[in-house]
Amino acid sequence: MLADKDRIFTNLYGFQDWSLKAAQARGDWDDTKALLARGQDAIIEEIKASGLRGRGGAGFPTGLKWSFMPKESRDGRPSFLVINADESEPGSCKDREIIRHDPHKLVEGALVAGYAMRARAAYIYIRGEYIREAETLQKAISEAYDAGLIGKNACGSGYDFDVFMHRGAGAYICGEETAMIESLEGKKGQPRLKPPFPAGAGLYGCPTTVNNVESIAVAPTILRRGAAWFSSFGRENNKGTKLFQISGHVEKPCVVEEAMSIPFEELIEKHCGGIRGGWDNLLAVIPGGSSVPLVPAAQIRNAPMDFDGLKELGSGLGTAAVIVMDKSTDIVRAISRLSYFYKHESCGQCTPCREGTGWMWRMMERLRTGDAAIEEIDMLQEVTKQVEGHTICALGDAAAWPIQGLIRHFRPELERRIHEHNARFAEAAE
Amino acid sequence: MPKVTVDGQEIEVPAGATVLQACELAGKEIPRFCYHERLSIAGNCRMCLVEVKPGPPKPQASCALPAAEGQEIRTDSPMVKKAREGVMEFLLINHPLDCPICDQGGECDLQDQAVAYGRGGSRFSENKRAVTEKYMGPLIKTIMTRCIHCTRCVRFSEEIAGVDEIGALYRGEDMQITTYLEQAAAHELSANVIDLCPVGALTSRPYAFEARPWELKKTLSIDVSDAVGANITLHSKGREVMRALPRVNDDVNEEWLSDKGRYQVDGLTKRRLDRVWVRRDGRLQPAEWTEAFGMIASALEGDKASIAAVAGDLLDAETMFAAKALVNACGSQLTEARQTGMTYDVSNLAAVNFNSTFAGIETADAILIVGSNVRWEAALLNVRLRKAVKAGAKVFIIGPEWDPTYPATFLGSDLKLLNRIPKELGDVMKSAKRPAVIVGAAALAKGALPAALKLVDKFDLVREGWNGFNVLHISAARMASLMLGFTLPRGMGDIAAAAPKVLLSLGADEMDYAPYAGSLKVYIGHHGDKGAHHADIILPGASYAEKDGTYVNTEGRVQYAEKAVYAPGDAREDWTILRALADALGVTVGFDSFGELQSKMIAAVPALGEEGLADYGALPKADSGAKFDGELAGYPIKDFYLTNPIARASEVMQRCSDELLHGADVKEAAE
Repeated sequence: MLADKDRIFTNLYGFQDWSLKAAQARGDWDDTKALLARGQDAIIEEIKASGLRGRGGAGFPTGLKWSFMPKESRDGRPSFLVINADESEPGSCKDREIIRHDPHKLVEGALVAGYAMRARAAYIYIRGEYIREAETLQKAISEAYDAGLIGKNACGSGYDFDVFMHRGAGAYICGEETAMIESLEGKKGQPRLKPPFPAGAGLYGCPTTVNNVESIAVAPTILRRGAAWFSSFGRENNKGTKLFQISGHVEKPCVVEEAMSIPFEELIEKHCGGIRGGWDNLLAVIPGGSSVPLVPAAQIRNAPMDFDGLKELGSGLGTAAVIVMDKSTDIVRAISRLSYFYKHESCGQCTPCREGTGWMWRMMERLRTGDAAIEEIDMLQEVTKQVEGHTICALGDAAAWPIQGLIRHFRPELERRIHEHNARFAEAAE
Repeated sequence: MPKVTVDGQEIEVPAGATVLQACELAGKEIPRFCYHERLSIAGNCRMCLVEVKPGPPKPQASCALPAAEGQEIRTDSPMVKKAREGVMEFLLINHPLDCPICDQGGECDLQDQAVAYGRGGSRFSENKRAVTEKYMGPLIKTIMTRCIHCTRCVRFSEEIAGVDEIGALYRGEDMQITTYLEQAAAHELSANVIDLCPVGALTSRPYAFEARPWELKKTLSIDVSDAVGANITLHSKGREVMRALPRVNDDVNEEWLSDKGRYQVDGLTKRRLDRVWVRRDGRLQPAEWTEAFGMIASALEGDKASIAAVAGDLLDAETMFAAKALVNACGSQLTEARQTGMTYDVSNLAAVNFNSTFAGIETADAILIVGSNVRWEAALLNVRLRKAVKAGAKVFIIGPEWDPTYPATFLGSDLKLLNRIPKELGDVMKSAKRPAVIVGAAALAKGALPAALKLVDKFDLVREGWNGFNVLHISAARMASLMLGFTLPRGMGDIAAAAPKVLLSLGADEMDYAPYAGSLKVYIGHHGDKGAHHADIILPGASYAEKDGTYVNTEGRVQYAEKAVYAPGDAREDWTILRALADALGVTVGFDSFGELQSKMIAAVPALGEEGLADYGALPKADSGAKFDGELAGYPIKDFYLTNPIARASEVMQRCSDELLHGADVKEAAE
């Protein structure tokens, strides 16, 4: 179990004040000038050495991502940092806790990261539904401006850096990095084609890096405590601490900071008071937010909760939003509900996702009641394969994976429902 | 020049090419819906997926992927076949099965590609989506249930037309393409989205349920609705022109056509002059050809030379040549084509030509427009200007304000301000590498041409490989008439002064007939328009669709149009009328067939015998004493949709005018 001294988010539960003074008492903004004085390349190297992988779901090495940014502007274009606070993945709720209880970690991280990648400003794109969170964040930004921590000559470092907060309008797809950039520019939130990648031409056509809130918020602490400290947690290639968000059928759902690679059982037992009704009552777990395939009880129990461990199980860590489902769950209905979510949130730009998400959801609804033929399970599987990998952004994949996971692990349940349904109607017809 | 391999075939592709273009160069057909050469890349239909190595182990959208050295592209692998089938299936699941009643049938990309790349049957057993109807004006018929959301129409409006009038609402499978607040798409090029639409979502409203594409005879023709000379194909069924579609010519119209050029064709069957009329007792009454010819001959009795000819705006060169031959044979020199009374000097045609060419003006970096509402006078040229502006050109306009669809500075409408160049204009023109001046019809009417020629030296408009002096005409017949010498030094004034006994009006509907009260006015034309109302004798002629002919656009580009249909009733091709009249008057014009007429014309003006840009030589020396003078109160075109007799006879154009320009209530089709 992660020791309290090793926690990065020391006010995760809001037991203390979020304001600048309290944050400074917790160590935030402590001689940030010195952090910046290490130089841009040194910061990026430190982050690279820490093994920090992006906390938004894809797990791309953060330091490497920052290093893609141009070291100098050849044509006068500024660079931008965009911070993804559009936390809309069902199950995820970590960025919210950071923003409402520890916003200065994020603002300081924005400065440090923005400085490291030579960005002119940071745009924090916050989810539209996070109303109080946005208020808190804006107040925190204002506090930082007033204290001279950001803005002109940020922290007395001689570096000018602005932080802007931009509120979204509630579209899940705007959490996709290029759709977020489109939305920031005032356009319809639809993902862009890549290439060009944002590091080449992003916000307003300028080099841009899009990072998750957590990736940015942990950066100052990593720099203060050193890459070696951070990388002492977790397995190789899965370093550091991570905010896990456990929801569903556990005794005490919670958001908790833990070391990466913690076994699932330990995570649940230590922090959540165990599975509701005991481990025998566990049906399945969606370990990384709604878009990763579910993992059945038998496989998840001892699995290390990290990127590679869950990938081996055919799932993923995603945002570490652990959705626990016990045997009272109508698993088909649960996945069908997720399909509805993706159908509802598809932006409609490209064909497979626009047409496929609706089709998949409708089929899932029929499978839920068993109003289908056995062959349709294979057809559904094939349709998910026709969506996966054929779309502009990853929403198509995200819509396909939960269904694929369901078919992989719960095909007998699907068949049972079909047989029961058909038997009932066979009788009625007689 | 990267080298790539397409299905095992190694080819070199131009730098900057996409994988799709590389495949096309290798002769592979790549199915696509959203991709269009002249629009930005959207990459949203996902139909053009191919397998590319190196790359992720999934198919890539070839339209958006740059071709890179050493790529191995496969268009025939099982992965590609599966991907295409999958995308096609998705496109079809919510597409209505109404091909039998869809106007796109026979020229539908979705239909064709479904046959070539689709699965045999459907596995979709849910309900299909239906989308509420949209109203996109009198030209565009919408059945949005058929829409496959390729966004070509959206991109065309934004990028080419420059009007953000079409866009997408909602998201996911509820996404709908619509005009803003369902207002009609009021733009001169709006109907091009019909051609762009790969399915039957946007079809032609006036042409709805008229014909199937395979029933139509296609004839290559030239648009006469303005002086751009857009290349068109006339699609005819029997004796009727059903529709006009643009044909690709990168030098002239790219592949667009103005709404007027496209939709005035229904006017070809309305208000036609299909028999001879003569005025008896103050009223026009039906008559025979011989009677009409007799009246003309007797009017000229004893003074054969008292004949004059005025050419209208839609005429081909052959008709004008024949008319000139007839008038000259009678011993008169009174021929004039500038029917509205303009008198600019035509001794050097380079001075009244669009010298930069349309394709060239795209590369201009500073443009001064003097007295032209380009959007209405040459909508397709405005597209080019927009491209130039997008590439960084600055545009200044002298004249009353209009909406150019791109940023432009209106300097005022007083021509005099060009006598002392305003600083902002001078600075831009001075630093420009390819400066251009466009003199429009409004400025010509104010006699601004001599003074405008002074700008050639002032702005250094003629440089190595660049001639930036342009005159923009608005009449399709203008350049040909100037080449044929169908002009008089003082224009219409000379004819009025001569008070000819017989005035031949060759489709001249914009001229002032008041000075010719004493003349026998013979109207040779095709529509019962203003000219016919004033006429004493009407000889029914042929429209541009009903005769072969040569046209010269405002760039001096010689182009040929072919006869698509026969003229209605007793109407004859114009040259035959003039030839017959020559006999009636007892003069010889020297040709008995169209071929002879053409070769005589080419002998007289060799440039008319060669398709392409005529060479007018160098610009003349400017008259140093010339001064700009006068205020441009307005532009000659008051109503874009009603500029010529065909358009004025067209119900569609009338409706466009009412609805789009005069805000009349939407007239719902009485179906």
